[in-house]
Amino acid sequence: MAIAVDRLQTAPEAEIDQWLRMYRRMLMIRLFEEQVNDLYTRALMPGLAHLYIGEEAVAVGVCEALRSDDYITSTHRGHGHCLAKGARLDRMFAELLGKEAGYCKGKGGSMHIADPDTGNLGANAIVGGSAGIATGAALTAKRMKTGRVAVCFFGDGAMGQGLLYEVMNMASLWKLPVIYVCENNLYGEYTSNVETLAGDMLTRAAGFAIRGESVDGQDVRKVHAAATQIVERVRAGAGPAFLVCNTYRFMGHHVGDVNREYYRSKQEEQLWKTERDPIKLLGDWLGAQNLTDRARLEQLRIEVKSEVEQAVQFALAAPYPGPDKVDQDVYA
Amino acid sequence: MPETREITLGEAVREALVEEMRRDSRVFICGEDIAEAGTVFKVLGGLVDEFGPERVLDTPISEAGFTGMAVGAAMTGMRPVVDIMFGDFSTLVMDQMVNQAAKVHYMSGGRWKVPMVMRATLGATRRSGAQHSQSLHAWFCHVPGLKVVLPATPYDAKGLMKTAIRDDNPVVFFEDKMMYRLKGPVPAEEYTIPFGVADVKREGTDVTIVATSSMVQVALGAAKLLEADGISAEVIDPRTLWPLDEKTLVESAKKTSRVIVVDEGYGRYGATAEIASAITEGAFFDLEAPVKRIGAMHVPIPFSPPLEDATVPNEQAVVAAAKALLG
Ligand SMILES: Cc1ncc(C[n+]2csc(CCOP(=O)(O)OP(=O)(O)O)c2C)c(N)n1
Ligand SMILES: [Mg+2]
Repeated sequence: MAIAVDRLQTAPEAEIDQWLRMYRRMLMIRLFEEQVNDLYTRALMPGLAHLYIGEEAVAVGVCEALRSDDYITSTHRGHGHCLAKGARLDRMFAELLGKEAGYCKGKGGSMHIADPDTGNLGANAIVGGSAGIATGAALTAKRMKTGRVAVCFFGDGAMGQGLLYEVMNMASLWKLPVIYVCENNLYGEYTSNVETLAGDMLTRAAGFAIRGESVDGQDVRKVHAAATQIVERVRAGAGPAFLVCNTYRFMGHHVGDVNREYYRSKQEEQLWKTERDPIKLLGDWLGAQNLTDRARLEQLRIEVKSEVEQAVQFALAAPYPGPDKVDQDVYA
Repeated sequence: MPETREITLGEAVREALVEEMRRDSRVFICGEDIAEAGTVFKVLGGLVDEFGPERVLDTPISEAGFTGMAVGAAMTGMRPVVDIMFGDFSTLVMDQMVNQAAKVHYMSGGRWKVPMVMRATLGATRRSGAQHSQSLHAWFCHVPGLKVVLPATPYDAKGLMKTAIRDDNPVVFFEDKMMYRLKGPVPAEEYTIPFGVADVKREGTDVTIVATSSMVQVALGAAKLLEADGISAEVIDPRTLWPLDEKTLVESAKKTSRVIVVDEGYGRYGATAEIASAITEGAFFDLEAPVKRIGAMHVPIPFSPPLEDATVPNEQAVVAAAKALLG
């Protein structure tokens, strides 16, 4: 055993733990989303869901750089952000199934998961709609001197929304601790952003004197390294930052978007899935560096799979909210 | 005897803000030209001197942006008051108010709260043209999760603003821009006015005139004219359109059996329609005639003074309606 540990340890223990933790989180999101897709296909889940499969490294890399009391706002494709920020699988599934045990007592659903305990200000089904909320949370952090930062996750589609630029301007003027994270997965719903984005994204932030950078969003180590530096800077009072994570959604825009060759080719999808899978990339790298072995990763998969299964069973068995709940929580 | 002074409606709003900002360090106000300029209506003059530019925050001309920020600030522990210069600019903040502020509490299963106030102006006859004269308060009344306040006197403005700031929900507070200089008695000592409690501005027995905001003075003027003709009009101001004090309105309707509702918003699908239907449902068998509604004419507000004046309900219209109701 001692020999094995020696052989594996070429990096500090804490760092290895962190990589494995990120591996586990990404895997958790992947298996959660696969389960969601399965629930949808078996008609066990009401409504739709926008799967995060393929983009796990973005949420996990960024959230790993945050404190648990830091804020995030999320999007319609938000399960990954919630889980990366510390949400529990069972309450997530319960919310997606509209059950009372869900994070929002079933009133929010897939696109509106919110949780004060993990600093999650809420996912938003209005594209770009949470940019104000995240920036306002940063204003609070600055005024109350809490040292918190706020991360605003949004897709490349939100680059078309004026709200984003209004709040970027104010965040820069007032040096607010907010980080705008654009998940550039190349598409809006069914339209390539070649058709919708003029110029260069980073230059837009630069126009507000906001420092921007882009990173390979499939490489969780790179996302995490970039996010860590940015968070440190922003927390220290340097003002807002902009991070573009170049990524790809492996599945359809939502679970029902199956035939999608009219907007992107199967070859393109295949290439990303085989060459650019964030979980595989980290696993391969950990193996190549002798930092872990296949058996350990396989063990992790078995563990996470069983957690996901238990959580979904819990949620399926959980009761719906009683009809008397429908007009509660309209007003505080 | 408690001291009472005469102050203007603008001063009353300002006093409420000052007192609440002194009482609670989480309260701040943001908007365009509010600090050194004290707003274009000069309502907040001097506030920045006492509270500094961080709590009287001049913003860029970004209504959606700073309203959205207020939502986030409110969720995380502040109590923002947003100043929307002209209620016409409600169009620009609708997503933040309707899809965000109003829904956060419900969508989160009651876990996040949005204690914020959006102040805005309403009212025509300032010769400001079609984009600076509308009364769009009914839009907000349509949305569950929002509360909508329309003060008509300095006393009400102060007490209701203090309640709005202390409320844990998003509150939309409309001030009639033509009433900022209206004077009225306001006690020197502290008070608040609960939401959902209508105020009988004048008691009467023959006809009930339900009036909001700018139309309360019009209704009171009409009541005076009617009195000269031997008609006793009761004037009731709901003060908050949501929550709406249906009970007081219905009781008055039962007493007088004739009702006029007058509001400066558009009549179609407007506040008058909702109030008239609440009264009809609650007092149908006591009514002598259908409830009469009077609202702004259904046209964009014109610039030319005689045209603009023709779009707004006036005392003569209310008097004529009352006489018609009384046959
Ligand atoms: C304001 C608004 N407009 C349109 C939509 C419909 N819609 C939902 S998701 C989406 C595409 C969003 O693309 P992007 O921001 O890149 O996020 P992604 O789905 O790629 O993660 C659109 C247009 C919406 N929800 N909100
Ligand atoms: Mg996209």
